[in-house]
Amino acid sequence: MAEETTGLAAVRPAGRALSPWTRRLLTFAALALFAVAIAYMEGPNFSPYYRRILNVALIYVVAAVSYNLVNGIAGQFSLGPNGFMAIGGFFTTLMMLPVARKEQVFFLQPLIWPLSEFSLPEVLQGALSRLIPGSAAIAFLSMSLGFLGALVLAGVMAALGGLVVGIPSLRLRGDYLAIATFGFGEIIFVLANNLISVTNGPLGIRDIPEYANLWWTGGAAVFTLWAVQNLVNSTYGRALKAIREDEIAAETMGINVFAHKLLAFVVSAFFAGVAGGLLAALLTTISPSLFTFMMTFNLLIIIVLGGLGSTTGAAVTAVVYAVLQEALRAVEAPMRLGPIHIPGVPGMRMVVFSLLLIFLMLFYRRGLFGRSEFTWQAAWETAHRLGAALGGLFQRGTGRPAGEVRRPRGR
Amino acid sequence: MTADVVVQQLLNGISLGGLYSLLAIGYTMVYGILRLINFAHGDVFMVGAYTAFYLVGIFRLPWWIAAPGAALFTALVGVTIDRAAYRPLRNEPRISALITAVGVSFFIENLGLVMLGGRPKGMPVPGVMARAYSVGPFRIPGVTLWVPVLTVALVLLLLVLVYRTRIGTAMRALSRDIETTRLMGVDVDRVISYTFALGSALAAAGGIMWSFQFPQVNPLMGIYPGWKAFTAAVVGGIGNIVGAMIGGFLIGIVEIMTVGLLPHLSGYRDAFVFGLLIFFLLVRPTGILGEPLKEKV
Repeated sequence: MAEETTGLAAVRPAGRALSPWTRRLLTFAALALFAVAIAYMEGPNFSPYYRRILNVALIYVVAAVSYNLVNGIAGQFSLGPNGFMAIGGFFTTLMMLPVARKEQVFFLQPLIWPLSEFSLPEVLQGALSRLIPGSAAIAFLSMSLGFLGALVLAGVMAALGGLVVGIPSLRLRGDYLAIATFGFGEIIFVLANNLISVTNGPLGIRDIPEYANLWWTGGAAVFTLWAVQNLVNSTYGRALKAIREDEIAAETMGINVFAHKLLAFVVSAFFAGVAGGLLAALLTTISPSLFTFMMTFNLLIIIVLGGLGSTTGAAVTAVVYAVLQEALRAVEAPMRLGPIHIPGVPGMRMVVFSLLLIFLMLFYRRGLFGRSEFTWQAAWETAHRLGAALGGLFQRGTGRPAGEVRRPRGR
Repeated sequence: MTADVVVQQLLNGISLGGLYSLLAIGYTMVYGILRLINFAHGDVFMVGAYTAFYLVGIFRLPWWIAAPGAALFTALVGVTIDRAAYRPLRNEPRISALITAVGVSFFIENLGLVMLGGRPKGMPVPGVMARAYSVGPFRIPGVTLWVPVLTVALVLLLLVLVYRTRIGTAMRALSRDIETTRLMGVDVDRVISYTFALGSALAAAGGIMWSFQFPQVNPLMGIYPGWKAFTAAVVGGIGNIVGAMIGGFLIGIVEIMTVGLLPHLSGYRDAFVFGLLIFFLLVRPTGILGEPLKEKV
């Protein structure tokens, strides 16, 4: 509210407070609009290339929003989400892969016992067809339920991983926490490369049935935003912010610092696992190299650019970043500027991105959103102000006095 | 497993450990003063190796000019990184500098990939390092013999510098209390620049000898040595130069012994090193020679 009383003080009051019901209505309208947009984009008239970018963007939303919960909201600098995404990715794959396919893939060493015996959709299909014999919907239903179950289980496995990593490392602070989580991330990476009877080693697993689509990624993104924002706005979230600001003060106030940090870490690991699972099912191929430190680096840029501590920032920037990553492919293409011919330089994107991160930290550390969040109230007030300003412009155009609207500068 | 194999592996471990030591000292000096993990230090190591590679391979300089030249250039790179990326953030929360350091590291790696190409290049190895020496029943490659010797010599030189010169005294003062040191009239930024220069020069020495041991250079060669050297710095007690050296040798020996004695687990060598790091962080976060941490409120 502070900037309103200074900058645009002359503009008329920014509108009334919205009632909770209005806000809920607006939320439902926005969700409905989102659903319509997905229905269109999953349709035949939409380019598969753009659909792929949007899918990746929404997976980034899931991963970035959950990563921000630890780094931005709780202020614990972790460098290990790539490990949790790897757990989720491999677990989802192993749940979804048909049994016959598993036997083909794991030719170096057979897959370990319980995982080698079943595939979640097949199990469900068997169970469902016993209940409702001979329905065509069974295949679809068992596949969807199977994928949902696989994602949830992948999240749970990643959360367990989060517990294993978090209990020892969250005793550490600051840089030491960063190193410890990085170390764990690398250990998970090493395990993924070497536990050939689980992950098929560096070869990875190809031809995963393509389950993920915009309904799944969009749904996961919305669910993540809902869950994380509810957590952030609860007493737990306020405690996390208190820990971020001053751990010792928070402890003195009776907050169980360790338990709260661990909660944030485990929830974050859960959604990272879901994001990893979605990624595996979108790309239809998975190997340890997908989950190197590079993944963490991307997420780090996203949450810093969006504003450490802002869920809105993480979500918006995740989409921007995914699109930018594609758009910047132009940087790597050969260019012709008049007489100057610049040959294409593969890998230039990452140079640009790392420079971007450095410049952001040096000159624009607040990020796009700082620590503020999108609310309907703020949107409503902005719309009001915009309306007033436009109205003022219009009035000036008809020769009437501009009134209280901000005057043009320099006169 | 015969005794001479164990001894041979031990020597290999000591040699590798020497390389980690040289790199670990840079981490420990910067951390001791700025409380900053210089993520880019491993990439500075790569810059050192590449500079020597080009000076010898392209410009045909003899090693006694190329190696100091590479160290000098690398020192400049280190100082530039500090000036450009870390100094503007001195008074900001430490997490900002840490994120910037991650960015600098990625920048150097990717710039290296773009400019130098991703394919490893073969490093010319000077004769002294390439020939094998017969010591008793063992045949020891020159690298294995000379790397620990050179490491200890360089560390002794550094210790003289830190404990017997004015700039060294200033460094030690900074690691105690930057603000008080500043009030005593010390040009803090200049001392920090010297610290980066020294650390980077040692990293260059490590990088060059690394590319003798594994005779090639590539733009990503600094990542894992960097992390393991940082581990060594933590294990030795961060901020302590002798500790970093001990930590470096320890990590090198553990890594080689893992591979040598448990060959079927050789794929997990990195996991062992990071496991050791986490173990030390939990059991003795101040490291072997570190002073106990004081809780500041």
